[in-house]
Amino acid sequence: MPVYMESDSENVLTARITGEIDHHSAKWLRADIDTAINDSKPMLLKLDFSGVTFMDSSGVGLVMGRNVSMKEIGGRVELINMPPFIEKVMAIAGMDKLTGTDFSKGGTKNGR
Amino acid sequence: MAGKTKPTNEMKLIFPALSANESFARAAVSSFIGLLDPKMDELIDIKTAVSEAVTNCIVHAYRDSSGEIEISAKVYPDRTVYIKIKDRGCGIVDIGQAMEPLYTTHPEEERSGLGFSVMESFCDDVKVTSKPGSGTTVTLRKKLGLKL
Repeated sequence: MPVYMESDSENVLTARITGEIDHHSAKWLRADIDTAINDSKPMLLKLDFSGVTFMDSSGVGLVMGRNVSMKEIGGRVELINMPPFIEKVMAIAGMDKLTGTDFSKGGTKNGR
Repeated sequence: MAGKTKPTNEMKLIFPALSANESFARAAVSSFIGLLDPKMDELIDIKTAVSEAVTNCIVHAYRDSSGEIEISAKVYPDRTVYIKIKDRGCGIVDIGQAMEPLYTTHPEEERSGLGFSVMESFCDDVKVTSKPGSGTTVTLRKKLGLKL
């Protein structure tokens, strides 16, 4: 389940996660994303869920952890392109409030 | 399901508590429940709840040991599904506390403490029985909607 990183000139790092997010895969995802955060020190980390086919509460832990990583460098996390089944798990956890993401629109659409 | 009603189908699955088997377990249950032609969101709910229960076995029950996880599933004529996830691990001392939202014994591993909350909101009922030192059994119940 690779994660594709893209850093743009406006200090935005986008991590497009693919495959399944569970306890087994989350540890690799978090290492990859944290490495990219350390490399590019973005102000905004966009977690793109468009390529995710399954997620349990391990994904919530992943978001909470990256939220901490970003707060440490004065940045924030935004959740984008969430399929309904991911939104449902995130909503149980109150991730909409934590990240300021508007779930009524399926998270922010990845408009450029 | 209470009383004498017989299940229309059932299965049992035993596998070692390895994190690689989390995806195997939910895929196997999903393929068994899939025989009933459930709605896609019902199937995703079940997969997610099973994934939480199996992860608990690996992260908690067998944290300091190794062992097997046993999943048994039964389906009844009214489309009620029972899925039992059983381990012989360390057991839970305080089940009420373990089921509290956001309660986690492993925040450093980014466990959100939402496993039971997810099971409860994705199933109609979650029952937990546990005995410290001998293991835990989680039983999920969900009634599927009418066939499309």
